[in-house]
Amino acid sequence: MYLLNRAQRHTVNSTWMIISLLLVALLPFLLFIGLYLKSVLLLHDYSLFDLIFSKTWRPSAGKFGFYPFIIGSIWVTVVAMLITAPVCLLTAIYVTQYTKKYFLRIMHPAIDILAGIPSVVYGLWGILVIVPFISRYLGPWMGVKTMGYSILAAAFVLSIMIIPFVLNILIEIFRAIPTELKEATLSLGATQWQTIKHVLVRKALPGIIAAFGFGLARAFGETMAVLMVVGNVVRLPKSVFDPGYTLPALIANNYGEMLSIPKYDSALMFAALLLLAVSLFFNLVMHFFIVKYNKY
Amino acid sequence: MTRAQKVEEKFFKLLMILATYFILAILAIIIYSIFEKGLKSISWEMLTQVPQGGYYYGKGGGILNAILGSLALASGATLLAFLIGLPVALYLNVFLIRHKRMISIIRFLLDLVWGIPSIVYGAFGFSLLIFFGLQTSLLAGILTVTLFILPIMIRSMDEILSTVPVGLQEAAYSLGSNKSEIAFKIFTRQSFSGIITAVLLSFGRGIGDAAAVLFTAGYTDHLQVCSPGDLANGITRQK
Repeated sequence: MYLLNRAQRHTVNSTWMIISLLLVALLPFLLFIGLYLKSVLLLHDYSLFDLIFSKTWRPSAGKFGFYPFIIGSIWVTVVAMLITAPVCLLTAIYVTQYTKKYFLRIMHPAIDILAGIPSVVYGLWGILVIVPFISRYLGPWMGVKTMGYSILAAAFVLSIMIIPFVLNILIEIFRAIPTELKEATLSLGATQWQTIKHVLVRKALPGIIAAFGFGLARAFGETMAVLMVVGNVVRLPKSVFDPGYTLPALIANNYGEMLSIPKYDSALMFAALLLLAVSLFFNLVMHFFIVKYNKY
Repeated sequence: MTRAQKVEEKFFKLLMILATYFILAILAIIIYSIFEKGLKSISWEMLTQVPQGGYYYGKGGGILNAILGSLALASGATLLAFLIGLPVALYLNVFLIRHKRMISIIRFLLDLVWGIPSIVYGAFGFSLLIFFGLQTSLLAGILTVTLFILPIMIRSMDEILSTVPVGLQEAAYSLGSNKSEIAFKIFTRQSFSGIITAVLLSFGRGIGDAAAVLFTAGYTDHLQVCSPGDLANGITRQK
């Protein structure tokens, strides 16, 4: 029935498993080394400080300043987190502490649908709904002239995209808190909100920070949706109504044409390397917060 | 309870309700606006034809190439990721079950890889392409998406496999099975539905991701290879 006997099959299967495991375990290092080797060309000619803090981006003249892109990315991410963080925290507390069980059963599919929508669809939705809304209503109302393609549009779309991600972690965290803690506080005469404010949130703080950190890392690397609504103008944004440019959008927009200009290719790989470093850093730090949280 | 405390209590409860219904409302708006704008252009021609001249300006043709391309890309990548991912998840839960520290290191690495943005995979895949002197192709796209969905698949299989009771494993050992038999014959069967879920989840991630394939799969308006990247490109072009 089988081509090989049992011992041989065992050997084949084990080898296959170990090879796969090695491949997977080496993946982050391979990514890092691969991107580093590609960007060495650029790092050889310019110092790291110059690349990150110089403001002119003119590849044809050999000027590669990533400052506008980094600042653009930070603006978009921070504004998105400002929307996501309170909404997620409040919702997580509400669905775990106030509502009955059936409400969570309604919320979970809703969160899953939001999580399952591809980023391109979010971007499309941003173009169809958010951008016209900002240019026609919100901009004039605030007394600003804007085309709608702006930091704010990108941040809003981005915040919707990371809500399911952050919310899922937060709900898990709040559900993992032992009920005795809550009961003890309530029996001492605290109100429900006092219990939440002084006991639950404080207990869950490392977990909350970790959830926001994971969300932040995810938001920083998001490409397509942001690319479609952020406006893609290489300039330092002055307000949230200005168009901007983010690091991932820079990579995605310039892939086709970069081969004609020397070092352009290397510059884009350097941008990818920056993204990788930021993402690894955030995930690393947040992992330790989670570990700390689990130790309690 | 003082008056101020009562007000605070009510205020925050109101905020929480607002936040919850904000999320539900946004979901409703997204679904409504996509259907409202999309339903009228869905037709039989759109689903069964390739783009013809001037398609992107509202003339004849359809998006069959992009639909088939997405399916081919995502299925290929899911298959490849399954072939690498299943053994890794099994190895963690059968072979390394006594090495807790090793398991946690590997899970940690997988979590790190999971967090890497897909555009970085796209860039990495593209530089690999140049390194090997390949052209943008379905294969290149599949390889890139495989790397991207691999951690997702392994982690979700791992979650399921780690719930298999130790007793089952011990019973199999006492009957004389070796480790790979336990892995492939008992663990896979015991958590079959979970493995299917993991595969479908990765398929969903693979088919919806544009950034990783934007540079590696290439574009064509013919029935060869296209991807969600094509959708994005059509939109950005119109802008």
